Amino acid sequence: MATATGHDSRRSFQRVNEIIETHGRDPVHLISILQEVQNEYRYLPQEILNYIATAMNISPSRVFGVATFYENFSLEPKGKYVIRICDGTACHVKNSTGLLNMLTRKLGLKEGQRTTGDLLFTLETVSCLGACGLAPVMVINEEVHGKVTPEKAEQIIDEIIKKERSQND
Amino acid sequence: MIKSVEELKRLKEEYSKALAREKMKILVCAGTGCVSGGSLKVYEAIKKLLEEKNIYVDIDLYTHGKEGVNVSPSGCHGFCEMGPIVRIEPQGYFYVRVKEEDAREIVEKTVERGEVVERLLYKSPETGEVFMTEESIPFYGKQSRIVLEHCGKINPENIKEYIAVGGYQALVRALQMTSEEICQVILKAKLRGRGGAGFPAGVKWDSVRKQKADVKYVICNGDEGDPGAFMDRSIMEGDPHRVIEGMIIAGYASGATEGYIYVRAEYPLAVRRLKIAIEQAREFGLLGRNILGSGFDFDIKINKGAGAFVCGEGSALIASIEGNRGMPRTRPPRTVEKGLFGKPTVLNNVETFANVPMIILKGADWYLSIGTENSPGTKAFALTGNIVNTGLIEVPMGTTLREIIYEIGGGIPNGKELKAVQIGGPSGGCLTKEHLDLPLDFDSLDSVGAMIGSGGMVVIDQDACMVEVARFFMDFTQRESCGKCVPCREGTRRMLELLEKITRGEGTEADIELLEELAITVKDGSLCGLGETAPNPVLTTLKYFRDEYLAHVRDKRCPAGVCQALKRYVIDPALCRGCSKCARVCPAGAISGEVKKPFIINADKCIKCGACVDACPFKAVKEGK
Repeated sequence: MATATGHDSRRSFQRVNEIIETHGRDPVHLISILQEVQNEYRYLPQEILNYIATAMNISPSRVFGVATFYENFSLEPKGKYVIRICDGTACHVKNSTGLLNMLTRKLGLKEGQRTTGDLLFTLETVSCLGACGLAPVMVINEEVHGKVTPEKAEQIIDEIIKKERSQND
Repeated sequence: MIKSVEELKRLKEEYSKALAREKMKILVCAGTGCVSGGSLKVYEAIKKLLEEKNIYVDIDLYTHGKEGVNVSPSGCHGFCEMGPIVRIEPQGYFYVRVKEEDAREIVEKTVERGEVVERLLYKSPETGEVFMTEESIPFYGKQSRIVLEHCGKINPENIKEYIAVGGYQALVRALQMTSEEICQVILKAKLRGRGGAGFPAGVKWDSVRKQKADVKYVICNGDEGDPGAFMDRSIMEGDPHRVIEGMIIAGYASGATEGYIYVRAEYPLAVRRLKIAIEQAREFGLLGRNILGSGFDFDIKINKGAGAFVCGEGSALIASIEGNRGMPRTRPPRTVEKGLFGKPTVLNNVETFANVPMIILKGADWYLSIGTENSPGTKAFALTGNIVNTGLIEVPMGTTLREIIYEIGGGIPNGKELKAVQIGGPSGGCLTKEHLDLPLDFDSLDSVGAMIGSGGMVVIDQDACMVEVARFFMDFTQRESCGKCVPCREGTRRMLELLEKITRGEGTEADIELLEELAITVKDGSLCGLGETAPNPVLTTLKYFRDEYLAHVRDKRCPAGVCQALKRYVIDPALCRGCSKCARVCPAGAISGEVKKPFIINADKCIKCGACVDACPFKAVKEGK
């Protein structure tokens, strides 16, 4: 689970150090380290990538190369709620595109934009979640929602927005 | 910590006896599908009720000696469509779509009075017939659950249950054989890799066995990336010890001492269950140093993928475990010679390892009696798409498509017709009605241009456009191409562009020829399996549905009415009341007319956005084909 971290801790390398120490400095562990760092910060800030490279004694280009190769890594901040719409074959034939279009409109995302301005939501697609029996599938953070109609999705999003608002009040 | 074979045998007896104290067992499916439907709440509710009534027992409490009722989370039953699923042992009652509120009725009726809760039983959607037990449901009738035998029947998070039902006995047997003997059994059983290509597992094991090296590795490929496939996920979630046992045996047979399981990051539950299973196996001395006093050392680590389809390819997967970008390399040298960290490596997929224990226990001849001559055994398929019974199935190799779709799958919903079956995901091809009686195995599918792949089977009905299906898969492989070799990187891109051009209605017949030529070049020239198989969906749709491609380029028409740019919208004058709603929402100003008289759409101006269809309160705007 992503934990919400404030601006200050984003600049602190102490947590990164701890993560590197638990895995060891062997470059073999680079992917696991990046995964944990991303869990911590919700994305991979560039200065941390540089820091990891120095700490592990490998070139920043290698770290950057790995971080950009894999789809799960993000170099940009993600929203508190990451909505992943499955666009695997089974979901595709059950109109996952309609769901995606509806959510794009609902969240007011422009072409190419994935995260809302308030950093509350990130909307992305994923190739297959392997829950094809429940197509179309939508996952919010780790929670799987099956057989999602656009109406049901809208309801779920509205509930999150409501919950967030009441917490901020 | 079990130190000897005898001790394990003794424990098996003990655990079997403990299991026998469970006079009734309530298994609540805890696969990804049912969990999302709320099955864990059902489990908690039933457990609480049993505890309140002081009749709850489980295998860990057996020393108390009392008999009672157990409720346990289980692996996937495969019938995800009907989830959450609850199975009652020993009667075999099969409750579907169970909710938290149903817990009390299940406990009071079924547990206390031994009666069945009729309203929760599965009812055939066509005939209305009610089925009491799991085994009697047509979905399971034609299946042979061998690899999946424990999925849904035991608690995957408790090693004692696995041992009680005979788990790790194959390892005992294997440790009494020589490594060469094990390789011979696997070779004789003709076990073929379930990950796609169908390469004989015994050949791999034996090659690694013969290599001289200070360290060797076993890798289990759980990077099941094909959209529409979830067999391996279900096995890892539902029976993780079986995979681990298969890997230990592979390690012993090939002389490897370290194992890795590479699992997709999209499968968090599988990762969790495997972690629990590995820890338990270590505690019991089934992993680690001197396993069961045999002097053989073996341990397993889990690597979580980070979202790259290409990592399902062997050499890319190895690069990823090594902490690099997951890019394949040229071969030779092969993985069996120079694999992980440059050392000899056995690499098989989840389902392949899950086949191993029973081959060792029951022998090669038994295995050869199932399936077809050159593809023995069973295969798990993920049956999805436009089909009545979506889910995970396991059938003997050689079962026909007709049996799978109409008998197990229950046919196509809404009385529609079967158009195609896409098998093997983006690497596979499509089959049509003419292949309904083809016995499915590695070789027969290869002969018609498709492949088993990892076993995803997507059923497509008459409403789908096959050009669009091909475009969908090409869009996927194009995005997932790692970019290392030119034919795949550039070729898949150009093929996608051509397909997009055709679905936009801008294609020509020359484009189809070019597409075909490119497909063959990409197939022949690519470095790894991703590029070599990426053109399969295009080539098979061109072979079996060429007329659809021609309709798109010649007549600028999409016969299935799917391709947005080729849609034609017309207003039915009989239904139109002239309310002008459509004209007001049309962003292109293509609709005109007088109020209270039928409106018309100017096809030249129409941008086919479909806004008018949604706006019309009288359903007067129709999509033409």
